[in-house]
Amino acid sequence: MTAFLARLLGRLPVGYLQLTHNPGRLLAALAGVAFANVLVFVQLGLAGSMAESVAIPYRLFQPDLLILSPVESETLTDAATLPRQRLFQALVHPDVPGGTPIYMGRSTWISGHDASSSIQFFGLASDAGSFFHDALAAPLVSLSLSDTALVDTLTRFVDMRSFVGATPDAPVPFEIQNRQLGAVGNVSIGGGFGGDGVFLVSDQTFFHLFPQRSSATPSHILLALAPGADPERVAAELVQLYPPDTVRIRAVTDAMAQEVRYQMTERPTGLIFAFGVVIGMVVGIVIAYQVLSADVADHLREYATFKAMGFRQGFFIGIILEEAIILAAIGFWPGLAFSALFYQTLAYLTNIPIFMTPERAVAVFVGTILACALSGILAMRKLAAAQPADLF
Amino acid sequence: MTEPVITVRHLDHFFGEGEASKQALFDVNLAVERGSLTILMGPSGSGKTTLLTLMGCLREVGSGSVMLLEHELCGADEALRVDLRRRLGFVFQAHNLHDSLTARQNVMMGLQVHGRGDPARHARAADHLLGLLGLGERLHYLPGNLSGGQKQRVAIARALVSNPDIIFADEPTAALDKVSGMAAVQLFKELGRTRGTTTVMVTHDPRILDLADRIVTLEDGRIVRDHPGPARNEPLAAPV
Repeated sequence: MTAFLARLLGRLPVGYLQLTHNPGRLLAALAGVAFANVLVFVQLGLAGSMAESVAIPYRLFQPDLLILSPVESETLTDAATLPRQRLFQALVHPDVPGGTPIYMGRSTWISGHDASSSIQFFGLASDAGSFFHDALAAPLVSLSLSDTALVDTLTRFVDMRSFVGATPDAPVPFEIQNRQLGAVGNVSIGGGFGGDGVFLVSDQTFFHLFPQRSSATPSHILLALAPGADPERVAAELVQLYPPDTVRIRAVTDAMAQEVRYQMTERPTGLIFAFGVVIGMVVGIVIAYQVLSADVADHLREYATFKAMGFRQGFFIGIILEEAIILAAIGFWPGLAFSALFYQTLAYLTNIPIFMTPERAVAVFVGTILACALSGILAMRKLAAAQPADLF
Repeated sequence: MTEPVITVRHLDHFFGEGEASKQALFDVNLAVERGSLTILMGPSGSGKTTLLTLMGCLREVGSGSVMLLEHELCGADEALRVDLRRRLGFVFQAHNLHDSLTARQNVMMGLQVHGRGDPARHARAADHLLGLLGLGERLHYLPGNLSGGQKQRVAIARALVSNPDIIFADEPTAALDKVSGMAAVQLFKELGRTRGTTTVMVTHDPRILDLADRIVTLEDGRIVRDHPGPARNEPLAAPV
């Protein structure tokens, strides 16, 4: 390693030799960097999981236009209802060949043994498969039978194994909202931060479950566009058809991106995760600074000697940055391994979509290098105390 | 007489500022010839180390004149002083070896100060010099595994490896036994004779006085005696 680094740096790798000379301190430093990495990865993982869980319901839809109420329209599940009349008004537009309402409601499913899960219901027209993800088109047809549901096998807190084989010919009965339903198929969506699972039912079954809701006031309206139609142009033209401030119209992908942004930057949970990332980075910087500044303090006489010999400031900066980068580059890997293990454990225990992505790993690696380099730059201030004249 | 490589004129030096300042050197005048071995002597606090550090570009010269290798140090900026230090070799009483580097690596640092170079050539030069100083079997030892005398010899090798114009040494033989101490100073003398390397040394070691070309004695910040050493037959120039 020494020869490799010497060739790379064009000089003796003094920083590497200093670090490895004291294995105990090196291990403690690496543990500190790894710990800070785990902190950052955990927060980023949870934030990413929240973004992913926000995005999953949108992926049930074909990426055309979505009409939302202008009230509380930042999120898919919390938005106010809007008149179904807006659907018929939209169909006037020549580039809107069809549309379908979506009804959304939440209920608690008590499945026995004190286990309860918060279920997000999507009430959909059973003949509207073309508006949804291709994989849903066929199962949606089976919802034409009253009081049937496609249940989420990834629902939290419930043993869903008995539902895995559910078909229209062999429905699996269950009770929710004091009503007996039959599971006639499965979906794999999973819970997020707002619920434990997603069940799909027909609009008629939805009204059985939520009798206070009316078919005249859907939660959202999905619009299909004619092939080649520009979603932005059509959305702008549709808005002109409605009374002012009565709807918001967005492409499904835009609505998804906007909700992710809203959840991450304006809701407390997202801000807490962001704050956690900052705390993790600060912890990492402090740990690396402590290690590097202690190392500088321990070698002041040697640095003063090097100054006396005529080494310039750039040489010392090089040594400290070398140490910082080595700490970051080695300390990152155990942090990554622990974090991946943490993700797997959390995903297993909670069914939230948390997993390591290459982009996140690279971002944290680069961030670790930069944070350690910043620590090194801060630690360099101690170099001023290395006075060669004091050596005599 | 050869030309001086160090010329000190009317040098005063103060530590501290204002009322708290203390004068350490008073009107010091000195010329050091190329290739000579000059020994600075004097009691503790006499100013010999201060003079050494001023001539060695380790402190700023504020009053008087110090010409070092044809460069005026009074008012010289840090960049010039760093450049000049690269042409000097320092041997400290406390060897100040880097504890993470082997003997060979410590000596190689004396070459690497001059920038990138062939590491294999640097290693060969370090090995050669360490061999001359009797440390050929200790090339890969860390300082912690060397005796005090061995460390000092590594420090001497580090100072000599880049063929400096001038060596400044502070009690270089204090940690060495008689044979090693004499061998080290003989090496300085040999370098002076063959390469013109000048040595300015602070020492109290009476064993090496016989090798000095010149002995300068300071007391209370003043040169009180400046005379040729036993190794010099003819008298050196008087202080300028």
